[in-house]
Amino acid sequence: MSKGKLILGVIGADVHAVGNKILFHAFTDAGFDVTNLGVMVSQEEFIAAAIETDADAIIVSSLYGHGELDCRGMRDKCIESGLDGILMYVGGNIVVGKQPFEDVEKRFKAMGFDRVFPPGSTPEDAIESLTDDLAK
Amino acid sequence: MLIDYGSTYTKVTAVNLPEAGLLGTASAFTTVETDVSEGLNAALAELSGQIGKITVSKTLAASSAAGGLKMVAVGLVPELTAKAASVASMGAGAKVVGTYSFELTEDDVSEIINLSPDILLLTGGTDGGNKKCILHNAKMLSEVQCNFPIIVAGNRNCSGEIKKILSGHGVYLCENVMPAIGSLNIEPVRQLIREIFLERIVFAKGLKGVLMPTPSAVLTAAELLSNGYGEVSGLGNLLLVDVGGATTDVYSTGSGEPSRADVVLRGLPEPRSKRTVEGDLGMRYSAAGIVEATSAKRVSELSGLAEEAVFERVDYLTHNPSELAQSDNESQLDFALAALAIETATLRHAGSIEEVYTAAGRTYVQFGKDLTQTKSLILTGGSLIHSAKQTELSKFALCSDNFPESLRPRKADLLIDEEYILAAMGLLSTHAPCVALKLMLEHLTYRRL
Repeated sequence: MSKGKLILGVIGADVHAVGNKILFHAFTDAGFDVTNLGVMVSQEEFIAAAIETDADAIIVSSLYGHGELDCRGMRDKCIESGLDGILMYVGGNIVVGKQPFEDVEKRFKAMGFDRVFPPGSTPEDAIESLTDDLAK
Repeated sequence: MLIDYGSTYTKVTAVNLPEAGLLGTASAFTTVETDVSEGLNAALAELSGQIGKITVSKTLAASSAAGGLKMVAVGLVPELTAKAASVASMGAGAKVVGTYSFELTEDDVSEIINLSPDILLLTGGTDGGNKKCILHNAKMLSEVQCNFPIIVAGNRNCSGEIKKILSGHGVYLCENVMPAIGSLNIEPVRQLIREIFLERIVFAKGLKGVLMPTPSAVLTAAELLSNGYGEVSGLGNLLLVDVGGATTDVYSTGSGEPSRADVVLRGLPEPRSKRTVEGDLGMRYSAAGIVEATSAKRVSELSGLAEEAVFERVDYLTHNPSELAQSDNESQLDFALAALAIETATLRHAGSIEEVYTAAGRTYVQFGKDLTQTKSLILTGGSLIHSAKQTELSKFALCSDNFPESLRPRKADLLIDEEYILAAMGLLSTHAPCVALKLMLEHLTYRRL
């Protein structure tokens, strides 16, 4: 029995493929049903895949500093597309430079993300949160 | 004896199987309003006039007459299952008269009834994915009188329920066209469409002995010519363009994967044997579509006619589809129309590449099939076979500086189907692939570009 259906990918013009592969294997091994869209994924592609697969959560990675621009408006598009209440996580190096994580987290939560993971988070952190959030 | 009931002409091709020889070809107007056998008999009479009387041991036929195979494709997300459904239908030789996404409305359903397709393909959701949409659409369809069969090829977890909802309708269950994101599974649907075509549609249209829709025969021929058979090697990956009076069909074989290492592939995967059909591009019925898709200015430049003269002649051709070019001016316009139909249809068929600057430097994103390494280009269709400028026309199917992002072939050899045998050879390949391949290799006219 799957623990939940996830859409995974690296957003924007970001080609960092290694972390994406690690997350894919970690989530799959943990019992999730993962659709991995790979690198350079647009908001629309995340949403389209989530609709077709009836996903429980969208997991967005961003490693190149432009995450804030790339993620803006994604929650609104989800709502418009009928994905009300879908769980949304974001993690990686999501902003440029060293900024206090509390500020960054606040900004991404305001954008509609349910959880924001700072640099150095492990796949296990995300798995634990997913298990909790999807049990709700 | 191989017969192709086309929308305008019925073409017959006689083959001597034991000697693997082409005996002759002939054609006559298709007579679908009265009885197709009238046109067939006229073509056969013409053929025996050429080659004398022959004893026929086996007859195979393909058809695109009586509107061809009309299909409606229904999916969930436009660029995912709805596209997969439409790609699968085109791959089976159908003309997709409508594509619908998300939940069907009452208006959509009455529009579909008015389109009166031969088959409706209902998809939506990956396996284990979205159920709500396809169930809704099945309910919507169950509430009206559909006199066409419905193929259900969506989320497998609700196919049983859909079968119940649509009981009383002609329902066929099939494997999902898109079982997971990023995987396309169109072969089972293609096969089922062919079976239904044989079982119900051929009979309903009074086309006895028809084995497959003509485009499906052409695609079969292209696959054989590309892959080879037994010890005879094929041509490898190829691109085939068929410019007709009403539509322009493009076929390609090969995986179409990126030909360079620094490319990221995006979008729905593409079938190895891909067919697209452009309903707005054709030499007669759809001549105006060519002007609309490009511009009167370009048609004028290529034909040497003033823009006003272009509009006038195009309007005339649309209403007189059996018109053949007589004067130089008229042939020049036909050349321009054919060139732009080839250009537009191949641009839509082939993939494209985009340059993207990332923090890690420059990279490329590819959508669709990379055909740059394709080495053979095949042209067929009356307007191309009879054109005096085939070599010039063929350049419009290749990579050009005007469209640097398009992944059309860079350099290819040209083969022309001068005797119009491709559909016949596709049919023949179901019984004697070896002979069909040999005849194609012998009878396609080869030109180095």
